[in-house]
Amino acid sequence: MIRLFKGTSYDFVRHWRIAAGITAAFIALGLASFAFTGGPNYSIEFTGGTLMQLKFKSPPDVAAIRSTVESAGVAGAEITQYGEDTDYTVRAQDPAVVEEQAAGAEGVANRIQDALTQRFGADEVSVVRTEAVGPKVGAELRRGAVLALLITSLISLIYLAIRFDWRFGTAAVLSLGHDVLLTLAFIKLFDIEVSLTVVAAVLTVLGYSANDTIIIFDRTRENLRKFRKASLYDTLNRSINETLGRSVLTHATTLAATLALLFFAGQVLRPFSIVMAFGVVVAVFSSMYVATPLLLYIEHKYPRDSEDKNQRRSAEQTSGGSAAKTAGASKSRNPAAAR
Amino acid sequence: MANIRNRLFLIFGLVLVSVWALYPRTVIERVKRDGITVYDTVKRVPLKKGLDLQGGMHLTLEVDDSRQAVADVSDALDRSLKVIRQRIDEFGVAEPVVQKVGDDRIIVELPGIDDPERAQAVVSEAAFLQFQITDRTQALERVLPRLDAAAAAAGIGATGPAVGGDTARRVGVTALFGADSAAARADTLVAGTAASDSAADSAAIQTPQDGGLFSSNISLGQYPGQYIVRAEAYDNLVRALREPSVSAVIPPGKAIKWGAEPIDAGQGTTFYELYMLDARPIITGEYLIDARPMTDPTEGNLVQFTLNNEGGRRFRNETAKHLKENMAIVLDDRVMTAPTIQSAIGRNGQITLGGGTLQAAQDLALVLRAGALPVPLKITEVRNIGASLGQDSIDKGVTALAIAVALVIVIMIGYYRFAGVLAVAALALYVLYTLAVLAGFDAVITLPGLAGFVLSVGIAVDANVLIFERIREEIDAGKSMRLSIDEGFKQALSAIVDSGVTTILSGAVLYQYGSGPVRGFAVTLIAGIVASLFTALFVSRTFFMIWLQQTRGAKTLSI
Repeated sequence: MIRLFKGTSYDFVRHWRIAAGITAAFIALGLASFAFTGGPNYSIEFTGGTLMQLKFKSPPDVAAIRSTVESAGVAGAEITQYGEDTDYTVRAQDPAVVEEQAAGAEGVANRIQDALTQRFGADEVSVVRTEAVGPKVGAELRRGAVLALLITSLISLIYLAIRFDWRFGTAAVLSLGHDVLLTLAFIKLFDIEVSLTVVAAVLTVLGYSANDTIIIFDRTRENLRKFRKASLYDTLNRSINETLGRSVLTHATTLAATLALLFFAGQVLRPFSIVMAFGVVVAVFSSMYVATPLLLYIEHKYPRDSEDKNQRRSAEQTSGGSAAKTAGASKSRNPAAAR
Repeated sequence: MANIRNRLFLIFGLVLVSVWALYPRTVIERVKRDGITVYDTVKRVPLKKGLDLQGGMHLTLEVDDSRQAVADVSDALDRSLKVIRQRIDEFGVAEPVVQKVGDDRIIVELPGIDDPERAQAVVSEAAFLQFQITDRTQALERVLPRLDAAAAAAGIGATGPAVGGDTARRVGVTALFGADSAAARADTLVAGTAASDSAADSAAIQTPQDGGLFSSNISLGQYPGQYIVRAEAYDNLVRALREPSVSAVIPPGKAIKWGAEPIDAGQGTTFYELYMLDARPIITGEYLIDARPMTDPTEGNLVQFTLNNEGGRRFRNETAKHLKENMAIVLDDRVMTAPTIQSAIGRNGQITLGGGTLQAAQDLALVLRAGALPVPLKITEVRNIGASLGQDSIDKGVTALAIAVALVIVIMIGYYRFAGVLAVAALALYVLYTLAVLAGFDAVITLPGLAGFVLSVGIAVDANVLIFERIREEIDAGKSMRLSIDEGFKQALSAIVDSGVTTILSGAVLYQYGSGPVRGFAVTLIAGIVASLFTALFVSRTFFMIWLQQTRGAKTLSI
């Protein structure tokens, strides 16, 4: 019988400063990248424009494709190999192209297709995928994506506030905010194309990370009732340790499914899979090192004295709270956590 | 142990229902055979594949208000919906979707389309047919100077200012293909007034005239009301005619329309036709009751149409009044042909297509039969995926699913041994139930949906993992097997429900906001979580109860 991490008592929360440093640095790097090189690489769906996936009989000359697309009057198109050496995509996202598609989205794609057929012959090249989006649709989708992120966070906040205590809910939602920033920084730094599917991946990451936080908080809530004398700091550590086995197993199976997608499900789903794989890391990290210290901080600022005064002495409250602030210095290990 | 029997009864009942829901069944659907669409019975698993998996075209259409203001967009779209449905029915597509989304758009989904360009045209062509008599009063010639002036004032000009020259410049329309009549007026050129763009520049260089945009580029055609325009000036003239100040100059009761196709005059030169017409159509396409494509040895491909009785009577009266005049057949504001009326025409007529293919004639006949769109529509979004690419996506997605399931089985059984086997059995039911829910709700499986399903296999075991870990803890605390299992399920419940609900909520947001493929993702996500809650909390529980009963309270559990 394999038992991983049985009865462990690692002091996870102690390292929150290092963790905060790493995540802050990563996010800062991402934000700097946003500031200097502009927004992320949006897909056609969001910017408007035309994307065509071409399949050739034999490997074509890229320069010939480019000159053909240009001869069709489409400037600034990006031509890239996609998978095999007979597959290419033509991506026309130039503002002029987008503007032209305001009058009718299909025009540019039809022109490119006609020009390609004329140049290479109908037998040699076929268009296997076309996406053409007018500017208005793109703008609406961008708004919708932002709105969806906000609504998800808000609904999570309300639900967690009802199910838990507002302190837990706030800590969980703030850590969700952190997850969004971290994932966006990842997307930007690794130049992942932001499509609707990637937005779906980000929302899934949020849900998955919220799950992980809920599991730990659920255990914390239970342990707070069980060990009334223990500080919140120690209780959080105990809870993380107790749920460690579950975390390892669940993350392993999720990562297995994600990697199966990444390596076997083809090019179209690759951005989704990459973001999801990163999401597993985000979930582990943020539930341990973001949600937990945040809860300690909130608890310190707004101690639950009124409702729990008779249950927990306020002296412990402060010691628990100050432990968060001086966590780096306090080397206190929780003896109760080691069975 | 009636309790266990009832539980098993429910589980197997649901398995039966699921198998029934997923069993390949015979459905009547439209299929394409040898190029024609027929109704046929097909046997297939009732899981609906999205366009990105089966191949096909998705179109989003909106009202094109660049040409005319539309008061009640929603109502206009409702009426358009009927016309589009009828056209698509005649075009022949298996299981098309035509629906209004919100108040301002129509989406059209056409699975298995092999000629997307043609399908786009059939869907979005307004097909507004009018018959208008060409102008015989030289209306255009008379307003040319004022048109020039208005164009110049609007900043579109071949050259020169329009001030003070009106009386001096008696600009005549030059003969066909324009003799140079400009040299004599070269003195009216004002230095420094640069032509506004290159098209006008090249026009000015080839035929150096100082006349305005209209007078220098328009020549007489073969009969009154028809004019010829140089290709170089076409863009500028189109732009000028869109200016309200320019179109205001056109005499009341008259209308300017372009020809449908540019004319190739040989030697690399092309020309466009421009028509001055009586604004009032003698008849419109609303009286049309039938239209058929034809091929005529002399006239090429054409569409023959039949009007109803009232239309035929009107048509006969009007054409009799205009004998020997030319009647322009105007489709969507473009003049297709303008034949001379030799004798009064009754209920039957024809539209020649010039160089058009027989397929173009077929499509035109089709849209004319289905009727005109009440408002012009434009395409705002096109997604087209080839059938082979869709099949490729399915193959790869299924491979990924198989590998994900295999990995999860290895991890679960490797780690939890006997309990892992129970979890895998629950996972198998999970897969079955989820697919059945998707089939039952007639949900569409898309590529992101497939990805969501693969992912959910990894996440679905979480509930079981939570329970197993909890049982282990209770065993460690020295409790009996039976109590440990009871406690394990009880204690894990709140975490499982909370995490399930938050995921369902984010799935619901995604469904609400997402379109097409992403919606498919949200649906599989939600269906997966519901199935996972049930299999973990109910099915696994039953398995454990059976195990406890069989072993009569064994002292050890392989978990």
